[in-house]
Amino acid sequence: MILEAAGVVVRYPGATDDALAGVSLALGAGEIVSVVGPNGGGKSTLLRALLGIQPLRAGQVRLLDRDLAAWSRAEVAQQVGVVVQQEEPAPGLRVTDAVLFGRYARLSPLAAPSAADHAAVHRALERADVVHLRDRFVTQLSGGEWQRVRLARALAQEPRALVLDEPTSALDVRHEMELFELVAALRAEGLGCLVITHRLNLAARYADRLVLLHRGRVVAEGTPTGVLVRERLSDVFEWPVAVTTWCDGAPQVVPLRPGEEQQSAAGPRPQEPESK
Amino acid sequence: MKPGAPVLLTLVVVGAVVVGLQSGATWLAPSEVIAGLSDPLAPGAAIVRGLRLPRVLLAFLVGGSLAVTGAALQALVRNPLADPYLLGISGGAGLGAVIAMALGLGGVFAVPLAAFAGALAAVALVYRLSAVGGRPLDTNVLLLSGVVIGAFTGAVMSGILAVSDASQLRSAVNWLLGGFGSAGWSTVLAFAAYAALPLALLWSTGRALDLLTLGDEPALHLGADVERTKRIAYFCASLLTAASVAACGIVGFVGLVVPHAIRRVATPLHRGLLPMAFLAGGSFLVLADAVARTVVRPIELPVGVVTALVGVPVFAALLRKSLR
Repeated sequence: MILEAAGVVVRYPGATDDALAGVSLALGAGEIVSVVGPNGGGKSTLLRALLGIQPLRAGQVRLLDRDLAAWSRAEVAQQVGVVVQQEEPAPGLRVTDAVLFGRYARLSPLAAPSAADHAAVHRALERADVVHLRDRFVTQLSGGEWQRVRLARALAQEPRALVLDEPTSALDVRHEMELFELVAALRAEGLGCLVITHRLNLAARYADRLVLLHRGRVVAEGTPTGVLVRERLSDVFEWPVAVTTWCDGAPQVVPLRPGEEQQSAAGPRPQEPESK
Repeated sequence: MKPGAPVLLTLVVVGAVVVGLQSGATWLAPSEVIAGLSDPLAPGAAIVRGLRLPRVLLAFLVGGSLAVTGAALQALVRNPLADPYLLGISGGAGLGAVIAMALGLGGVFAVPLAAFAGALAAVALVYRLSAVGGRPLDTNVLLLSGVVIGAFTGAVMSGILAVSDASQLRSAVNWLLGGFGSAGWSTVLAFAAYAALPLALLWSTGRALDLLTLGDEPALHLGADVERTKRIAYFCASLLTAASVAACGIVGFVGLVVPHAIRRVATPLHRGLLPMAFLAGGSFLVLADAVARTVVRPIELPVGVVTALVGVPVFAALLRKSLR
């Protein structure tokens, strides 16, 4: 396993409830694991715990089978690339320099970036399809371009795992699909990808495993078909949904309007009851 | 980095130093300056070597240090409006120095150390004021806290000076207004000794400062030890501000104007930005001092007046830009 959480408990100062109440999760090489769940369910806290920036009350996070607390920040950055949900572009910074920041964890304090570093930056720019933007200021980019530049920066880290928090929340259909396709391609190259997202239907089509997080607990974990079950989702999201199947076999979630519940239950493709 | 920037900067440094050596109670031609520097027996040699050279060097070192401090603070608080003066660090250092003077503690060590204690206290107070639960709310709140602390230290300094006796008052007021009138070789050497370590330390954290401009979380994920970098940078900023205030009083806006200009014409990356800001900040303060000495000759203006006259419009322009 690249990244592994076991029985993680987090409670924020002053809170009466645990933000995470014993969460376990594992991310291996060459797989996409997607964490889904309602707002406030603990997704962001889990991400912070997995990345070692959230103190744990109990449990352990291990990176490459070693306690995360034993790693320095620079060592972690050599193994895990992260794209956080929101980041303001820094003024005056050009795209190439921004992506070069991904190499900083590998540079010795006094040395200048080597040819290998510049080559890694170029590969990352190509991979994320932003070579043509290299000389632009990051403040001049569109939301989708900035997102891809940040992904390029994470790829320049040459990590074993990528952690993406709501990577497509600001993107239109094309850019969203391009990003998920890129993640799928990276999985094929052996990267482990952890994607936190509200896009249940894309998670169902791209992820190997889903982790449904609700009130700080893992409510369900497994294949998309095993996790995205009508009754469970209606319960967790507190909104009635129907679950259908797309032609590739992936379950697709349709939130219902009032009055549609009966109709969909008798609909043409009712889902078979599933167990976890 | 743009290719012409180092050449341009070298010309600026040489030009500023020459103009600085030329200006004073009597105006020297460039040839007289060169003669005075190269030949100890030349007519202008005593003025150039004994009076103007230490003054120019001190102004250069102080200006450079303030510019580097400003650049580092801007990365720390992620706001181009940060500057040791606006963040209240200069005020804290000034108050520390005034207290040391009022208590009759003189010498090469007491005043800078008291200034350093004041600077650190101001940093802690500003940070405390603008943070809830140890996390700063907003960099604009941080700046506002700095301005408030600056106003407070100014008031306490005025209070102390008002109850001091006349001779103490005059020397303290002269020093406080800012200027290099009393610069000598011992001040230059003392300042260089104080400033060398923090300048080198800040430069060595340059890449971490680059990452900090992205925000704490992205910086952590890219491998920066954020807390350690902040501690080092605030410590160095306090040390440099204190040394500057002890050497020449409170001079504002150098740390605001210079890094902004370097980012625009050369590079936003701190390994290049910090050394270039040092050279440009030094040149800026040497020129400001030349203006302060000559514009209403024979009276010398406090150099802080000149830097404020340049700095406030720049601040206003940056503020407008940040609001857009």
